[in-house]
Amino acid sequence: MSRLSAALVRERVRGSILERIGDTPLVPLRRIWDGSRGQIWAKLESANPGGSVKDRPGLWMVIAAEEERHLLRGKTALDATSGNTGIALAMVCAVRGHTLELCMPDKVSEERKKIVRAFGGSLVLTDPLEGTDGAIREAQRRARGEPDRYVYLDQYSNPANPLAHELGTGPEIWDQTGGRITHFVAGVGTSGTIIGVSAALRPKGVRIVAVQPDDAFHGIEGWKHMASAMRPAIWDERAADDHRVVSTDAAIAMTRRLAREEGIFSGVSGGAAVVAALAVAREEGGHIVVLIADGGERYLSTPLWE
Amino acid sequence: MPVTVRLPGALRDATGGETKLVAAGATLREVIADIDRRHPGFASRVLDDKGELRSYVNVYIGEDDARTRGGSAAQVPEGSEVMVIPAMAGGG
Repeated sequence: MSRLSAALVRERVRGSILERIGDTPLVPLRRIWDGSRGQIWAKLESANPGGSVKDRPGLWMVIAAEEERHLLRGKTALDATSGNTGIALAMVCAVRGHTLELCMPDKVSEERKKIVRAFGGSLVLTDPLEGTDGAIREAQRRARGEPDRYVYLDQYSNPANPLAHELGTGPEIWDQTGGRITHFVAGVGTSGTIIGVSAALRPKGVRIVAVQPDDAFHGIEGWKHMASAMRPAIWDERAADDHRVVSTDAAIAMTRRLAREEGIFSGVSGGAAVVAALAVAREEGGHIVVLIADGGERYLSTPLWE
Repeated sequence: MPVTVRLPGALRDATGGETKLVAAGATLREVIADIDRRHPGFASRVLDDKGELRSYVNVYIGEDDARTRGGSAAQVPEGSEVMVIPAMAGGG
C-alpha cells in the first residue's frame, strides 16, 4: 500500500462532509470517577458525521483504494461488517460516488441496515448463527468469485484501517491532552484502533490497554473475543501493554451509568471500555483516555434501554 | 414436545460442541431448562437471574422474536425451530 498521509486524505475530501471526520471531543468523567488518582477522559467518537469511530478507517480505506486505482468507476466496494463500519463506508461511498455492497449478519439491530440503505449501500444478509465471521466468509467468497467486479476493502486486514488511527486518532489525542496522556484504553474488534494508536503513542510512553469481552457469547457490539473468533490479520497482541476482559453485564450497567451520571449516551462497547478504564484508574492512576466508539441511538431497537 | 434448537458457534462450549439440539418443553423456559439438565450452566448463559432473556440475547421461535411472544414464557409449538443468537455482532 502506498502510504497515505493525513494531509493527503484531508486534501481529497476538502469541502465535503467527510472533512468533518475526526477532531472529536475529549471530555472528563466527573461523577463515575472521583479523580482521586488522576483523570479519565472520554473520547466521544459518536461526534463523527457517520456516528462512530469507524468513520476514520472507512474514509482511509476508501481513499487508499482510490489512490491505488483499485476503486474505479464500475467497480463495487465490498466488505463484511457488524454495522458501524458498514455505515461509515456507505456514507463515504455516497460522497465519493462509489457503489457499495456489505455482508452483514441477519437479525442485528435494524437501525444499522436502514442507515446503510439510506446512504445507498446494499446489503447481503448472512446466517445470524455464524455472526460476523460468517459475513467475512461470504465477503471472501464473493471477492474470490468475481475479482473484476469487487474491490474487497477487508477492514480486518487493510493497513489503512490502523493507519487512520496512527496518523489521525493518536496524534489528535496527544494534542488534546497536551501530551499528558498516560494510558489509552479501547476495545478490540478489527483491532485497528489499538494497533494504530499504539504505533502513534507508545513511543511517547503511553501505556496501551486492549479490552475484550470475557465470553465468546457476548453482547458488546463491535468487539471480538479473539480466542474464539477469526483472527484479524492486522491484530498483534504485542501492540498492547495490558490486556483486560469485561463482562457484558458489567458493560451494560456502566453504559446506563454513563447516560445517567455523565450525560454520555453510549453504545455498550463504550460502557465496557469505561469499566476497564476505571480498573486502570484504581490500580495505576494517571491521565487515562478511553475511547467511546459510538452512541446509544444505534441500539434503540434492542432491549438495552428498556 | 420435541423442538429443534439451533445455537451460534459462540455457545458451543456450553453444549459440549453441539450447535443443533433436540429439546422438549411447552415454553421457551422449559426448553432451555431441558438443555440445562443435559448441559449444566447453559441456562445462565441465556437467561438472567430472574429467568428472563438476557438483554443481549435474541431468540426466534420460527420467524417470531420470542420477546414479542412473552420472552422466556413464550409458547413453543411442537416441531418448531428455536434459534438463539447474540443481539449484537462482534467485530466492526
